[in-house]
Amino acid sequence: MSRLHDMGGRFGDGPVQPEPENVRFHADWHPRALALTLAAGSLGQWNLDASRHARERLAPTDYATFSYYEKWLGGLVTLLLETGVVTEAELAGTVDPAPSPLAGRKLQAQQVAEVLAKGGPVDRPSDVAPIFALGDVVVARKFAENARVSGGHTRLPAYAAGARGRILRLHGSHILPDSNAHDLGEAAEPLYAVAFPASELWAHPEHPDDEVVLDMWQSYLGVAQ
Amino acid sequence: MPHDHDHHDDPHALLPPEPALRVKALETLLTQKGLIDPAALDEIIDTYENKIGPRNGARVVARAWCDPDFRAALLENATAVVSDLGFYGRQGEHMVAVENTDAVHNMVVCTLCSCYPWPLLGIPPGWYKSDAYRARAVREPRKVLADFGVVLPENTAVRVWDSTAEMRYLVIPMRPAGTEGMGEDALMELVSRDSMIGTGLAVQP
Repeated sequence: MSRLHDMGGRFGDGPVQPEPENVRFHADWHPRALALTLAAGSLGQWNLDASRHARERLAPTDYATFSYYEKWLGGLVTLLLETGVVTEAELAGTVDPAPSPLAGRKLQAQQVAEVLAKGGPVDRPSDVAPIFALGDVVVARKFAENARVSGGHTRLPAYAAGARGRILRLHGSHILPDSNAHDLGEAAEPLYAVAFPASELWAHPEHPDDEVVLDMWQSYLGVAQ
Repeated sequence: MPHDHDHHDDPHALLPPEPALRVKALETLLTQKGLIDPAALDEIIDTYENKIGPRNGARVVARAWCDPDFRAALLENATAVVSDLGFYGRQGEHMVAVENTDAVHNMVVCTLCSCYPWPLLGIPPGWYKSDAYRARAVREPRKVLADFGVVLPENTAVRVWDSTAEMRYLVIPMRPAGTEGMGEDALMELVSRDSMIGTGLAVQP
């Protein structure tokens, strides 16, 4: 079964509301929530995949009603507690905050430009050789679920599960989020751009020539029969 | 938006329900624990409010329009090319440039969250992160384009890129007709943010 974040193709949403290019944030606390999340992430206690999974694990009623940066905050609190960086009592304000042993890792203002410019590349050497070539017809895994961890993180959207597509690009080998989000190792494997005809994904495609391209790890894919 | 809380076992319920107060409480706690430098937060905010935004991407597109060798290199290895311009960084570690033509119109979404090429376009606009865009862009891209006032010719195919991995996509919009004599700086003005996501076209001067 899917989670609410996996919403590609869902019916019932209203129009998309364009906005001017100079709008960056929609409330004073939004930039603070963004910066707090980035600065806390730089403590190195969780990876990007774990942080996505923390947001996805919000209770469905919260996921549906929280604004964007409220989801970020919800995920951040989960991660801070699960990694022991803060305690429930500290969050609740029932005890005085204890100095953290991680204080030496604190992101300093003068480091920000360098840290943001450095990024966090996820391409890795891999023992897993690519088994698909450009143009090969493949089929996406039947279940849009983590294959190892029930209810775990995956980047295979439900709308593409079981669909047939063709290999458009090989991106090299990248960290597998399904493993990395659960501290099961980076498990890098080949990553492909896979093109799916709209008619393969939707009962009522808008146009016979339209396609959706998804990036998919090799273990998401099988050989089309 | 205030939130009626019925999940009191969820950890964020330990903090005030009002998000502005929740951020403040969390920042205060982490600062007291020695984990956050509020000046670093100011610096991060300044970066994405004032320093990194869609004009970076517009520079890349305008140069691709003017310089065939640059364009070819960009389509071949976008990460290396934009890095040379100083546009490498967080959420832009693995770049791919895709070019619009009369035959194919490219459009980018992240249905699972909000992946977006930050070093080239800044942080994503509200609509890019909205449920409506995430839900609809893959199933009915042409109706979504209509929300932006864009109508494509019937013989143009739409290719929607769902950013499900750490690859980040930059759309190179078609160069408007009648701009042959214009230089790179003038052309940059025609490159809207939305045209580089694929929900807009370059501005006709």
